[in-house]
Amino acid sequence: MIEKQASAGTRIDRERVVDAGFRSETAATGSGNRIDAVFDRLRLKGRKGLIAYITAGDPGYEATADLVLAMERAGADLIELGVPFSDPMADGPVIQQASMRALAGGTTPAGILGLVRCLRRQTQVPLLLMTYYNPVLHYGLAAFAADAAAAGVDGLIVPDLPVEESGPLLTELQQHRVYLIPFAAPTSTPERLARAGQLAQGFIYCVSLTGVTGAREGLPPGIEEFMQRVRVCTDRPLAIGFGIASPVQAALMSKLGDAVIVGSAIVSLVEQYAAEREMMLQQVSALVGSLKQAISQVD
Amino acid sequence: MSLTRVDMPDAHGHFGRFGGQFVPETLMPALEELAAAYEQARQDPSFDEEFRYYLKQYVGRPSPLYFAERLTRQLGGARIYLKREDLNHTGAHKINNTIGQALLAKRMGKRRVIAETGAGQHGVATATVAAMFNMQCVVYMGEEDIRRQELNVFRMRLLGADVAPVTSGSRTLKDAMNEAIRDWVTNVRTTYYLLGTVGGPHPYPMLVRDFQTVIGVEARAQILEQEGRLPDCIVACVGGGSNSIGIFHPFLDDPVRLIGVEAAGHGIETGKHAATLSAGQVGVLHGALSYLLQDENGQVLEAHSISAGLDYPGVGPEHSYLKDSGRAEYVAVTDDEALEAFQLLTHTEGILPALESAHAVAYAAKLAPTMDGDKIMIINISGRGDKDVPSISEARGKRSEAGESLMKT
Repeated sequence: MIEKQASAGTRIDRERVVDAGFRSETAATGSGNRIDAVFDRLRLKGRKGLIAYITAGDPGYEATADLVLAMERAGADLIELGVPFSDPMADGPVIQQASMRALAGGTTPAGILGLVRCLRRQTQVPLLLMTYYNPVLHYGLAAFAADAAAAGVDGLIVPDLPVEESGPLLTELQQHRVYLIPFAAPTSTPERLARAGQLAQGFIYCVSLTGVTGAREGLPPGIEEFMQRVRVCTDRPLAIGFGIASPVQAALMSKLGDAVIVGSAIVSLVEQYAAEREMMLQQVSALVGSLKQAISQVD
Repeated sequence: MSLTRVDMPDAHGHFGRFGGQFVPETLMPALEELAAAYEQARQDPSFDEEFRYYLKQYVGRPSPLYFAERLTRQLGGARIYLKREDLNHTGAHKINNTIGQALLAKRMGKRRVIAETGAGQHGVATATVAAMFNMQCVVYMGEEDIRRQELNVFRMRLLGADVAPVTSGSRTLKDAMNEAIRDWVTNVRTTYYLLGTVGGPHPYPMLVRDFQTVIGVEARAQILEQEGRLPDCIVACVGGGSNSIGIFHPFLDDPVRLIGVEAAGHGIETGKHAATLSAGQVGVLHGALSYLLQDENGQVLEAHSISAGLDYPGVGPEHSYLKDSGRAEYVAVTDDEALEAFQLLTHTEGILPALESAHAVAYAAKLAPTMDGDKIMIINISGRGDKDVPSISEARGKRSEAGESLMKT
């Protein structure tokens, strides 16, 4: 059903998203943003968060919806939906290929907003869109911000939009209380970290290493020192991503921040079990569950 | 404060609304470092001195501005001059930029350089300077281009470069650039990204332009010397746009028509083309806001051109600015027209232009006959066509199979 609605022509989808005016459930906390509500709750419980990433539309909108609900049940605290782009320069092979599959299947930004709107009838888990800038720019910054908010999107993560260029999008998103998540990288200078800290909404996405997305083994060198440098710049939660694939890594990394982000490892399972929906959901749930368990046992 | 055309870009690399820095945070400090190093080099007379030294003694500059007498007579209109960048060491204008950037890399203490390449001309020029300055060199090249430009691949490998085949996406220049950026984001602390065109994030469009303006500076002095006046128009091909910016820029404040020629491939109406400025929409790719070939959802389209060096769906941001401000004009010619122009220049002047440059010749051949005999035109012959001989022979084969006659003798 979701498949059908979301994949109907892009124009129609956009109208539906706008017409739906689905905003009644967005006010979860004082800030009105579900991301803050979840991090507040985690902090009160003294817990670390798990952010799970999948590429939207791989292998189809309905599968993405099922995966979101399954990952939430398995313990994901926030969920990132990747908006596939033809030229994903910050991504490694796993997410590149997922993007190509999603695009070949006809996935569009409007379709993904339709998917989010449908999901919002079933879940209040914070949903963030991870998208390169061009699809948003082409959609129109004001229209995208309005439609994303109406659909129930809580935040945007735009890997090719540094602080210097983020002004126009930020202005539009702020009008709709949708967050733009800033990045911190191991190469970021103290000045840049301070600026990201000041502007941060929701959380700061800390890139654990110099590189693209994709599973790695072990911990990147210098990660502790890097996280300390970010920590002194902000009181916002810190989420660590890039290279985290296993529960052991997740447990170690979660000690250094407030949440860990896992993407490629999940997307690999989606790819592997694309033809067997039940198996795919089981495998992804099992991984998300073990990641959640691993970060929950950290003192 | 409003910037004049020649002072562009602003501190963050904006040419009007175009340009900028759309890259992951990991790379931003590297771009700041590069911009600072370049600024320092620009103020250091010894940097310019060293750059000029290599351009003269190693590249063989100045390149001649040659009066194409037979071509002029055959076309029957404007007096046509050819700026002979094809005579540079390595056979194209690309070496001007790679010398400049290699000197910067050296100043910055980077011993590993990476580059993207389409036709292989920039790859060869990078491998060449890497050999001369004793730097490790990796060149990313799409698998499709590796097939089309076998000779240049072999040249790069002879020069000691590692040619890394790119199998993602359309397997051409845009994908090679994605892969080079991925390498850079991974090895940013030790690696210098030697970008080959006036595209990408700031400061690349500015510094590549600055290194290429030697073409226009020379051409301006040469035409003044030979004709005693400025030309009426300048014609250059535009892929990413480095040879055209290089020859246009020193003429921006002069009353000279500047015409950029894009690749119309099979024809703009077929969708199989690389005419970004003629048929694209504003978007962001590879770090800059500029015109871009994209679909209704903002996905980047694959470009098409018989010339691997023009086969790119983006264009340098300064060209977008020059188009919108009306200072430069942009037109497009098809694969077939470029092939005919290749033949025309070869037969009339004994000069084999690169297929890229043949696009400029093709438009010039349409325009020159409409101009009076006292008008002056300069065509930038950005590179030589030896590398394209297999492609041309293949295209000829297809044509004769189809019962057409390409060669007019």
